Amino acid sequence: MPAALETVDLQKHFGGIAAVAGVSFKVERGARHALIGPNGAGKTTVINLLTGVLRPSAGRILLAGEDITLVEPHKRVRRGLARTFQINQLFLDLTPLESVGLAIAERMGAGAQWWRPVGTHASVVEEIVEILARFHLTDVMHERTGNLPYGKQRLLEIALAIACRPRVLLLDEPAAGVPEDERHEILATVAALPADVTVLLIEHDMDIVFSFADRISVLVNGALFVDGAPEQVASDPRVKAVYLGESLDA
Amino acid sequence: MLTILFDGVAYGMLLFVLACGLSVTLGLMNFVNLAHGAFAMAGGYVTLLLVNRAGVPFFAGLAVAFLVTALIGLLFERTLYVHVYAKNHLEQVLFTIGLVFMSVAAVDHVMGSQQVFINIPSVLQGQIQIFGVGIGRYRLLIIVICGLLTLGLQLILSGTRFGSRLRASVDDARVAGGLGINVNAVFSLTFAFGSGLAGLGGALGAEILGLDPTFPLKYLVYFLIVVTVGGTSSITGPFVASLLIGIADVAGKYYVPKFGAFVIYTIMIVVLILRPQGLFARAAGK
Amino acid sequence: MPPTALLEQATRHLALRARWRPLEYAFWLAALASVFLFPGRHLILTEIAWLALFALSLDLILGYAGIISLGHAAFFGLGSYAAALLAKHEIINEPVAALFVSGLAAAVLGFATSFLVLRGSDLTRLMVTLGIALIMREIANQIPELTGGADGLQGVVIAPILGTFQLDIFGHVGYVYCLSVLFVLFLLARRVVCSPFGLSLRAVKGNPLRSASIGISVNARLVAIYTFAAFYAGVAGALLAQTTAFASLDVFSLERSADLLLVLIIGGTGYLYGGLVGAVAFKFIQDALATFDPQYWQYWIGLLLVLLVLFGRIYGGVIAAAVFGVSYWLRLSFFECALILLAVGAGYRHIRGWLDRLDARVLEFIRGARSARAALLQRRP
Repeated sequence: MPAALETVDLQKHFGGIAAVAGVSFKVERGARHALIGPNGAGKTTVINLLTGVLRPSAGRILLAGEDITLVEPHKRVRRGLARTFQINQLFLDLTPLESVGLAIAERMGAGAQWWRPVGTHASVVEEIVEILARFHLTDVMHERTGNLPYGKQRLLEIALAIACRPRVLLLDEPAAGVPEDERHEILATVAALPADVTVLLIEHDMDIVFSFADRISVLVNGALFVDGAPEQVASDPRVKAVYLGESLDA
Repeated sequence: MLTILFDGVAYGMLLFVLACGLSVTLGLMNFVNLAHGAFAMAGGYVTLLLVNRAGVPFFAGLAVAFLVTALIGLLFERTLYVHVYAKNHLEQVLFTIGLVFMSVAAVDHVMGSQQVFINIPSVLQGQIQIFGVGIGRYRLLIIVICGLLTLGLQLILSGTRFGSRLRASVDDARVAGGLGINVNAVFSLTFAFGSGLAGLGGALGAEILGLDPTFPLKYLVYFLIVVTVGGTSSITGPFVASLLIGIADVAGKYYVPKFGAFVIYTIMIVVLILRPQGLFARAAGK
Repeated sequence: MPPTALLEQATRHLALRARWRPLEYAFWLAALASVFLFPGRHLILTEIAWLALFALSLDLILGYAGIISLGHAAFFGLGSYAAALLAKHEIINEPVAALFVSGLAAAVLGFATSFLVLRGSDLTRLMVTLGIALIMREIANQIPELTGGADGLQGVVIAPILGTFQLDIFGHVGYVYCLSVLFVLFLLARRVVCSPFGLSLRAVKGNPLRSASIGISVNARLVAIYTFAAFYAGVAGALLAQTTAFASLDVFSLERSADLLLVLIIGGTGYLYGGLVGAVAFKFIQDALATFDPQYWQYWIGLLLVLLVLFGRIYGGVIAAAVFGVSYWLRLSFFECALILLAVGAGYRHIRGWLDRLDARVLEFIRGARSARAALLQRRP
């Protein structure tokens, strides 16, 4: 059974700088895998390479065994790879209803339909409402996204990715910028993700990482430093040294 | 063939002087100034009035064209353009097209719609023979003046403090501002200078390009092509692009008269397909 | 399975955009009425009709897909020449069929050039679109045997529409023809815009990165709408050719593309009626200006553009009318008028501040009126 997601010697150079210098790791099916590392380690670059926003300088990316290194970004989504963004990337002028509806329609192959008005597919509407309910967004579902509070926007960010029914979900700092009192909603949502969805999580908050992940990879200066079970990583003195001043067991 | 090359170089250098102000404006403030040609036209007509009607010597007329157009540019920049910098590109386009329409109609009304010619001193008329090749004197003058201007520009950019402030502001206006550089002042001066150069180019070019009220619209494409192909992050880019376009246009119209005009459009489209940021722009551009 | 009430609410909200508003009915009823109420002005109304269609086609790519084009006239012109040539050489005699084919020709050009528009920045797109329009113009200029060159294509005879309705010199049949085509194509455009495809366009315009991240093939959508818009522009051009039995080089001009942008800045983009409303307003303005200043009305159009950008649709128009009025009344020269404009620019901050305060007062007034009305309604049993 091939790994859900795998990279083989993934590299990305910007001029003379190696943002990602030969990263090879595997994410098993159904795993809750965290990617951590100090700022500037290259975590978001890895995500951008995985999703196709950036083209790798060398190396390969495999999704469930299939080579997707040269596949275009939107096609990777069709194959089951979805992501969220560290800074919200939402459709500010659309409502959550419309945004999620778009994602679902695309997934069903009905996204380019130009004849029937939006909202006439009952099954699509049902699924939209289901997802919005799961993310506690039904009370704001017809508000303009740009007018929503940040916490709700963050939830929508994740909801959009889930609407694509991905096999592998890449979460880029899902709790980033969310006020303290709204964090638990995000975390509960992340914890409640379906078990058959493989999750690769980038996070800075160690509480989240250690409560959520069953495997942790540490990225430093574009290279994989440590890769293993949480207890392994937590007790590794080199990791503590790298996170100078940051306490891993607080 | 050498004559064609020579004519092309003269034409290209003239285009450069005309278009470099536009290139720097675009690179510096990300502002699409389609009215740039109007300043060129203004310079041309100012020189026309001075030289033909007031008997001012030709070279003095050129210098005044530069100064007057620079002043007009500064005036317009401080009163009108400054309010449009923050607006989106579409609104900038509409704004500057509006200015073009106004200038074209105004000049048409005041000066008439026929093509006009500036009285060139007799020493610049005709040809001189160099190694058996007929070199147009006026075109030689253009090459000399534009060449000196280009060198001067390069010296200013690389040798003076203003030049380094300008280069810093083009590179990253926010950081430059954070370093204490008055980006707005840099821009006003640059805009004025660029407009002045356009005016000088318009006056110089009246003989070759033809001067009439439709000048801004007619040559707008050429300026835009120079800027698009040459990129906006240096002086050398537009310089080489201008030469390329000048030579290609002259050669094209001579060798294949029916399709001569297509040569530069084709070059532009091909370049844009291969390198959307222009031939010489750095990868990390806006 | 979510509660039915919620599902119904969701369906209703999603379908909100597609529902016809009362103002829309009013607009089209007024358009229909104009056929009977203004028989003497059918010629200019015909111009408004095809200009509206042309503007609608630009709105499709500008307002819905976010593509800035300075060369939409390329498709308009191609449609125009195609229709004229089809009629002149009697290749397709029936005008409606010729209309369709001309639109297709423009669509093919749109499709072929759409790839150039996908890459690069706003400036690149401006350049490419402008370049294509100029190339088309140059092509038309260089084959005068076919196009009539600078003199235009003469000797075009348009056969009766659908075999029965002969175009007359008063423009009656022509106007009904253009209006019908506009209405049909508008309905189609409305359908497309309210569909999932249309929604995805708005997503692409707002956030192309996220669109790709939910599986939308951004480039494919842009190519599709660009081709579709080119078809509409071609049909508009064909209508011009058929109603005037003439085609000339200025169909490709930068002025035409610029006029179109002015139409959309007056009418607004992104809601389909912008082009229609803008076309009506633009023609009225142009007509009015031409009576006052037949030779140099372009000056005032330019002034209007500048002020519209500076002060927005309403205030810009008001200030432009004021400047125009003052200049006309005091017989000011263009130079003096330009000085007024510079003065306006110099005092921009003050004027803007004054206008913002005016805005606030107006909003207050509206709010006050609304609550007074609500209170009045509540008092009644």
